[in-house]
Amino acid sequence: MDKMPKWADVVLVPVVSLLLAAIISVIVFWSVGQNPWEAIKLMAFGAVGTSDFLGYTLFYATNFIFTGLAVAVAFHASLFNIGGEGQVLVGGLGAAIVCLFIPWPHWTLALLAGGMAAAVFGALWVAIPAYLQARRGSHIVITTIMFNFMASGLLVYMLSDALRPAGQMQTATAIFPEAAHLPSLNDIAGLFGSELFGRSPVNISIFIALLACVGVWLLIWHTRLGYQIRAFGQSESAAKYAGISAVNITMIALLISGALAGMMAVNNTMGINTPQLVDNAAGGAGFIGIAVALMGRNHPVGIIIAALLFGALYQGGAELSAATSIPVQIVVVIQALVIMFTGALDQMVRSPIEGLFLRFGGKGVGAPAAVKE
Amino acid sequence: MDFFTLVQLGDASIRMAIPLLLACLAGLFSERAGIFDIGLEGKMLAAAFLSAAVSYTSGNVWVGLFAGIGISIALSIVHGLASITFRGNQLISGVAINFFAAGLTVVIAQGWFAQGGRTPSLSGAARFDGLDLPGAFTRMRDKMQASPGMQFYSEFVSGHSILVYIGLLMVPLSWFILYRTRFGLRLRAVGEAPEAVDTAGISVVGLRYSAVIICGILCGIAGAYLSTAVQAGFTKDMTANRGFIALAALIFAKWRPWYALGACLLFGLFFAIDNRFQNIQLQVVWIIVLLVGASVAMVLYAVKRERIDVIVLGGLSAVLTAIALATWMGSAGEVGLAGALFETVKVPSQLIQSLPYLFVVIVLAGFVGKAIPPRAGGEPYVKER
Repeated sequence: MDKMPKWADVVLVPVVSLLLAAIISVIVFWSVGQNPWEAIKLMAFGAVGTSDFLGYTLFYATNFIFTGLAVAVAFHASLFNIGGEGQVLVGGLGAAIVCLFIPWPHWTLALLAGGMAAAVFGALWVAIPAYLQARRGSHIVITTIMFNFMASGLLVYMLSDALRPAGQMQTATAIFPEAAHLPSLNDIAGLFGSELFGRSPVNISIFIALLACVGVWLLIWHTRLGYQIRAFGQSESAAKYAGISAVNITMIALLISGALAGMMAVNNTMGINTPQLVDNAAGGAGFIGIAVALMGRNHPVGIIIAALLFGALYQGGAELSAATSIPVQIVVVIQALVIMFTGALDQMVRSPIEGLFLRFGGKGVGAPAAVKE
Repeated sequence: MDFFTLVQLGDASIRMAIPLLLACLAGLFSERAGIFDIGLEGKMLAAAFLSAAVSYTSGNVWVGLFAGIGISIALSIVHGLASITFRGNQLISGVAINFFAAGLTVVIAQGWFAQGGRTPSLSGAARFDGLDLPGAFTRMRDKMQASPGMQFYSEFVSGHSILVYIGLLMVPLSWFILYRTRFGLRLRAVGEAPEAVDTAGISVVGLRYSAVIICGILCGIAGAYLSTAVQAGFTKDMTANRGFIALAALIFAKWRPWYALGACLLFGLFFAIDNRFQNIQLQVVWIIVLLVGASVAMVLYAVKRERIDVIVLGGLSAVLTAIALATWMGSAGEVGLAGALFETVKVPSQLIQSLPYLFVVIVLAGFVGKAIPPRAGGEPYVKER
């Protein structure tokens, strides 16, 4: 069973996958006539070069922690929630409604209520695909993709009609009242007389994201429900035999997943410098969550690391496209490569490493190499 | 609506249906062989870009078509590597291919042509023009004054690009390959019971790769059709989710070629209506009847079933009823509640644009008949257990 030590599984395999993705990205840079080394330097500087840039990286990482956790919880139940994008948008609707129509006395209460509303709206948006998967066997991947499109339609309608203040040109809600604006990390640093993170929007919800990581860790590995989710994910028939209801677990896992994705909206509505809900607020974070979950091996610690990496990539990519003619879609390409290598071609990366450990490693020698085909 | 409008609608449906049909047949070959392919979208997009780019630089649309097919096959082989050779997750591989194509087409288009992620527009021999069949009218004025039969012939039958006729021919061809050849029998078998095919001494891997490559060819034609026949050039994300809708059509068609034609024509009609009638006005009473009717139907369905059905469908019908009431109250300004029933309101254009996706969900919900996928679909084949 143990063909290689655990560190190789959780560190070496993702790192090799990442290297492969990086090599192909370098080829892409070359093919469009961009010096790869220059591009990487620009991206690295854009990601962590200044205090502002670092703040943006952390801001995006907060988003990706939420969406990564969302995808991971569903993955544990062997379900593929590709609808994070839509759930974030609808979660944003929930947060916006709560912040705009209720006068909150203090940001802590607004955070609590906004977070809950975002989570509930996100969960509700996945409820119908979840129900159709659980009861009718409709493919969750296709239905959640469809719900992404419907979510962006709903959002555009709400932002250009119901929630747009009269006379405003931008398709967005009104700016939230000051009490519903979360303090940024720069505000907090300011209390200690520091100018850290500059004007970047990274805010208090990064701690909510970390709390969510602890919550997911407890849920998946330390509760009965988490055990049921994992058992169902490993083998549906065995789980059924053990008396676990497939319908309930499918529903619950996806609702939690949707709630986590929805909670991302707290960061990108209440947390940004002008707190409001704008069109296309998710900006692809729902999809990046897939790459984050795969790279992080569906574990909260891995997800935090992967989210930081993708936060840096996203921010660095934005700076790169501002400085050169490379469009921001380069981030989508790298994201696709990471999904490919860590997700689908995992075996291609893993087998040679396993082979090396079998040949040179000490422990796993007992198993003959011929066991695998 | 006169007869000519109907003919035009049919004509538009065909044009909308062809890329769906080609992608749907592509998915059909792949899934019949047991390989789920969510990456139809990405392959079409990559083919759309490369065929437009190569058509532009070479000036010959056929060269472009083959380039498009080539890149689509290349991506198919990557999908094959992931899902056949390395036995990875087929859904994840497909998703990765979609993102890869979506990102790379824009990056490369910007790098090569520097026109904001699109190719220069194509003209002349770099583009597929409509074929005018013998005797057909080509000018709009002639068509409108012709007899109904002639209108049908000139507008609906004639005047399409050659790829439309190729696409339609693919239906009987696919049927023939799948149901009347030895290769087709084996291909279907490998999606149902790969171990049986293996026992008979036929290569599971070989069959699955051939299916995936056929899938690539068909997606390549679909993509090239979009950028060199429907449009004159590539634009960012121009496939507009057709790959996913094709998958829904495939399920709707229960993995059969002729049904696929029907399903895609239906979706094509849907898009054609969608494009033509952006501004739909409805009387409030009809909105209420529609929404409350759907709610009642869902409640009736749920009531005799399990608690989960009651919760979800009950909640959904409550939302729909609330929307109906809100519309009613909202339009009752000066005219009063009774008068408001006969006020007309504009259906939001976003809702109309979402209708095809809603329709896909309803189709997938399986209320239109039960669909049974190929038994070994999505599972990598392991020779020895």
